[in-house]
Amino acid sequence: MIDPLFLAEAAVNGLLLGGILALLALGLNLIFGVIDIVWIAYVDLVMICMYAVYFVVQVYGWPIWVGGLASVGLGALLGLGVHLLIITPILASAPVNQLLATGGLLFFLQSFATFLWTTDHRSVRLTLPRLELFDMPISVARLIAFALSILVMLGLYLFLTRTYIGTAIRAVSQDREAMALMGANPQRVYLVTSAVGGAIAGVAAALLIIQYAVHPFFGAAFGPLTFMICVLGGLGNMVGAFVASFIMSEVIAISGVIWSTEMGYVIAFVVFIVMIFVRPGGILARRG
Amino acid sequence: MGARAAGVALLALVAAAPFLPMGGMREYTIHVLVQIFIWSFIGGAWSLMGRFGLTSLGHGAFLGLGAYTTTLLWNFFGLTPWLGGLVAVALTAAFAAIVAYPCSRFQVLGHYFALVTLAVGEVVRLLIIAERDWTGGSLGVSVKPAGGDSLLAVQFADKRVFYYGALALWLAGLWVWARVDRSMARSAMEAIGEDETAAASVGIHVTRFKVGITVLSAALTAIGGVAYAQYISYVNPDTLAGIGVSLRIVFAVVLGGMYTMLGPSVGTALTIALSEYLRVLFGVKFIGMAETIYGLLLILFIIFLPAGIYGSARDLLRYWSGGPRHVAKGPQHQEPHDHRVPGHRDPPPVAPGRSG
Amino acid sequence: MLELTNVTAGYGQFTALWDVSLRVEAGEAVAVVGPNGAGKTTLMRVISGLIAPKAGELRFEGRPIGGHPAYEIVGRGIAHVPEGRRIFPALTVADNLRMGAFLPAARRKFAESLTRVYALFPVLEERHKQRAGSLSGGEQQMLAVGRALMSGPRLILLDEPSMGLAPVMVLRLFDLIRRVRQEGYTILVVEQNVRQVLKLVDRAYLLEVGRIKMEGRADALADQDFVRKAYVGL
Repeated sequence: MIDPLFLAEAAVNGLLLGGILALLALGLNLIFGVIDIVWIAYVDLVMICMYAVYFVVQVYGWPIWVGGLASVGLGALLGLGVHLLIITPILASAPVNQLLATGGLLFFLQSFATFLWTTDHRSVRLTLPRLELFDMPISVARLIAFALSILVMLGLYLFLTRTYIGTAIRAVSQDREAMALMGANPQRVYLVTSAVGGAIAGVAAALLIIQYAVHPFFGAAFGPLTFMICVLGGLGNMVGAFVASFIMSEVIAISGVIWSTEMGYVIAFVVFIVMIFVRPGGILARRG
Repeated sequence: MGARAAGVALLALVAAAPFLPMGGMREYTIHVLVQIFIWSFIGGAWSLMGRFGLTSLGHGAFLGLGAYTTTLLWNFFGLTPWLGGLVAVALTAAFAAIVAYPCSRFQVLGHYFALVTLAVGEVVRLLIIAERDWTGGSLGVSVKPAGGDSLLAVQFADKRVFYYGALALWLAGLWVWARVDRSMARSAMEAIGEDETAAASVGIHVTRFKVGITVLSAALTAIGGVAYAQYISYVNPDTLAGIGVSLRIVFAVVLGGMYTMLGPSVGTALTIALSEYLRVLFGVKFIGMAETIYGLLLILFIIFLPAGIYGSARDLLRYWSGGPRHVAKGPQHQEPHDHRVPGHRDPPPVAPGRSG
Repeated sequence: MLELTNVTAGYGQFTALWDVSLRVEAGEAVAVVGPNGAGKTTLMRVISGLIAPKAGELRFEGRPIGGHPAYEIVGRGIAHVPEGRRIFPALTVADNLRMGAFLPAARRKFAESLTRVYALFPVLEERHKQRAGSLSGGEQQMLAVGRALMSGPRLILLDEPSMGLAPVMVLRLFDLIRRVRQEGYTILVVEQNVRQVLKLVDRAYLLEVGRIKMEGRADALADQDFVRKAYVGL
């Protein structure tokens, strides 16, 4: 029998992990909702940004917040680059080609990272106080990451609902042709969206590197998980993705304590398959 | 006429290849050819689904299930791969059905389907790593040697045996492809590929066809996995499961063209030749460089040859001969574009920048 | 104001519009009528730039617009109210109208345009906080027209405004379009509801299988025997 305290600790960790997963899922969902293309290599962009933070902070000795800002900036630039160089030429192609092109990017990023930085695990060490809650040790890094990811999501929500360009982004995701009739150049809206999506990847990277070591195949664990969350929440459905993130992170954290981390992912997948049996349109879809 | 004669000559050459004088290159050439046959067979299996708009990015799952089941049954219970392979195929087919059923029943299509299958592939890889007591984890596991040539263990020192085995497998794959292509299922599935609701209203049992074709594709892929494991006599989660191998299969097929019988084989031959060349070129220096270039070429191919090598070559030929060009009816455009679940209103796509 | 000369257009290899020539003068209301599949929507889409013409010339206020992208043509002063309304269902009514004034020039006159739209369609002001998808069909059509007015156009293209509306609503809508006209907008409208639309416009074109079959003053066209039989249902 597993100590209930372990389970409680796992549940807390799952909750904290859920924040970052939600951030990733929202970034991916935003891009899909507007441009109608899934960036298979999304989490690999996060990996590149994690290296950026590592180099800025650990190697060059800048404070962590500088690393975070660099990561956000780099993420936005990468987002723009991906859209301009890869997505723009294939916007009208068949879905399989679109998936493959961003899949090729995944290959490229993983191997190029291997080439540049080898497969060593690298981490950013922050000296943070330890915190205990009801005898449970709680990682302050995770707590900060969770709080910041919630804040960023709130910011994204306000951006999408309160600003003019944010509203335009939502309008494009509902009907891009109608938005062209309003005078919006779709390409410009796509660029803004890609930059925002990339910047979110940068934020996630800064929040991940203070908890996990980065290596070229970092995306392998978080990528499929993010995809499952997006499908579970309903692709393009922001609220659904948010809820799904916490379901999946709890499943992984708790079964990870009972069995192993890898088994955690397997169980999460089983839950995922069961969920699409039960709620095919995403967890928040109305049954019709 | 000319094409037929060339085909016969090519087949004769392929049949005689292991006995042609190639000096010290023979072993290596045969090794590359065996890989091309096996992966072409797997690519063909993928294209059975792919050509109907079922874009799977998780065929590594079926490959890994097939390879590992057979290998583990042999290593731990001494069960011959002939029987182990049957078990593996049955298991993979059942697994594919479990995944495919909700996907087709609830119309998980396009991007959704691709993401679900991608997750499937990764999860099988993680499962293999998690069960490291049996599977050796990420280090992989060798097929237990039978000690000398053994038909029962499907282990032979002479690569030529595998060469003919792989050749036969490849031809069998082409035969299955042709059968599916000709059968009733084809027209039905094509109707589904083009318009889900229209097909349903004609009275085609969409779910049954989709699950059927997925199970067939998965079972064949499992056979390919078994064949590859027996040939290499070593299984590893990264080469036989996960996103990497899954994407390689799809890339080869799309490169060659998924709407023709030989397209997947052409694409596989090219990609294997490419990665072998890069591997030899860089050797153990510059680790990661070969893959980096591979990824870069993949992106460039997709951008500049969207219809695949075969399709693009055909378009070019038509252009030269001045014949009719099927601009809008190119194979790449036959796919369904519903990336979303029903109920979501999908406005007609607008071309980027210039809504022309 | 708008002049099409021998315009041919379609989708891919399929041609829906053959050699169409058409003219709309400033201040006029012109209708294009014809059966389903005659190419009416294609005509609207080629004018607003959603598709590029394959041949022929399009001019607006003397300057060529053929082949220009949609987002540029709006800036020239043509607003397209597409078939099926195409409002943004998950956005509020107010946000839909805000999106209508996307262009910088339109955004500067936002308050003024909004007052005018709310005066024309008071129901939109009442419901400005509601999600557009929750409006009734008629209200959605008003929103679509209002949204188009927000861009400050001189020419409004209306594609099947009465589609899917109850007969009572159709009458109200045509009244409202009449008021829009009185505000000084030039209107090009495509309709299947021939009887109603011919009461609204000055001139009309009859489009059949992608070609202009007849052209004339609205009252004259309404009196044509076969037009009456085929489309007016008398």
